[in-house]
Amino acid sequence: MSGRPLDLVVVGCSWGGLAAAADLLEALPPDFDPPTIVVQHRSEAPSALAELLSRHTSRPVGEPDDKEEVRCGHVYVAPPGYHLLVDRRGFSLATEAPVRYARPSVDVLFESAARAFGPSLAAVVLTGANDDGAAGLARVAAAGGLALVQDPGTAERSTMPAAALAAVPTAFVGSVAEIASSLTAAWRLQEVP
Amino acid sequence: MSPPEEPAVAVDREEVEVDALLEAVYRYYGFDFRQYARPSLRRRLWRRAGLEGATTVSGLQERLLHDRSCMERLLLDLSINVTAMFRDPTFFAAFRRTVVPLLRTYPFIRIWNAGCSTGEETHSLAIILAEEGLIGRTRIYATDINEPVLMRAKEGVFPLDQMKAYTENYLAAGGTRAFSEYYTAGYEGARFDPSLTEGVVFSRHNLASDRSFNEFHAIICRNVMIYFDPMLQDRVHDLFHESLVRFGVLCLGQKESITFTSHAEDYKVLDASDRLFRKIR
Repeated sequence: MSGRPLDLVVVGCSWGGLAAAADLLEALPPDFDPPTIVVQHRSEAPSALAELLSRHTSRPVGEPDDKEEVRCGHVYVAPPGYHLLVDRRGFSLATEAPVRYARPSVDVLFESAARAFGPSLAAVVLTGANDDGAAGLARVAAAGGLALVQDPGTAERSTMPAAALAAVPTAFVGSVAEIASSLTAAWRLQEVP
Repeated sequence: MSPPEEPAVAVDREEVEVDALLEAVYRYYGFDFRQYARPSLRRRLWRRAGLEGATTVSGLQERLLHDRSCMERLLLDLSINVTAMFRDPTFFAAFRRTVVPLLRTYPFIRIWNAGCSTGEETHSLAIILAEEGLIGRTRIYATDINEPVLMRAKEGVFPLDQMKAYTENYLAAGGTRAFSEYYTAGYEGARFDPSLTEGVVFSRHNLASDRSFNEFHAIICRNVMIYFDPMLQDRVHDLFHESLVRFGVLCLGQKESITFTSHAEDYKVLDASDRLFRKIR
């Protein structure tokens, strides 16, 4: 992965995801620049997820508005009750039916990001009790993006990372801390000519 | 002649196919989806392609052009938004708290519920207006691009298994009655009291191409423009601005903004989190 650009990081998680996503943000260096989008399954009620995550990073954290541009340095949290899609122009929201009971769906975000960002995308699947994210991660890998999966043995719920690994056996596997190091390395490497 | 080589410059073939399909649908059927937001549109096209047994977007185009029923199915895909009664209860609470007192000052009230889809939102608004004693002097124009969707909205029958969730939403929105007063459970679902929609005009209107048709005291258009690209969003904002009375209220979805439109200066924010805007010029 020498010198590939890292333009965007997408993260999917479900059961146990708040703690895992918080750990990941905390482990990334404060100047980690690629915009980072987190999809965490949750109920449709307004939630304090963005606020909770913001305690674990100095980067700005928020739920994006429709058609908002994707800004470097920022952390974005998919709002409850919508699918979140992204391309080079910015965010698009959708209220289509839940995909495998999930809205926001990790697959939906990953697929849109893979299409728009191809090899300059890194996608991370963390803890969760269903298989959302597996199909999306396969799309990321097929488009040449970096696929990273939390070691199911270290996840609070192993179903989601295990399903992602079954779909992308070549994915990087590690603890949350190791995933953070790997992302940081990929980000620093892109600077090397 | 030798067979064509792969293009030297990386051309996004799928984008070419999507462009061609949208152009074909527009020229043949007159439906203009060319300015729909691409990420969600592409998803819906692929979903439809899969259901029709097509393996490429071009394959879907072939079916659309030669089978009108396939076009009708795509039209349904593109116009049904999966919504709920009293979706985002805080919005309905804010509507009751902030918009209703403004509406009360008019002898006769006209409301436009644009992109009403299958009618869940229209019925929710009607319930609030009924509880506030305004339904008798209100006309709601509920519009959508798609006729079959409007028929369903007009029918006012919603799935029984949703009533528990809708009741919770209604209560969270500040409802004070028994929600079950508003519907009768039947084998076909929960049929809502037809008197709620006596003052509702359901009609076809295409935000992408049709003009303003009245002046309104409030326009409710939530989570409809998220499917449009920024240019089409601007067009619709022109239409809404033109269709609102001075001091009329525009209600958007909770993640929709007017900040980046050409009308940002024409509205005052009434409620920032529930996205209520009052036209001031």
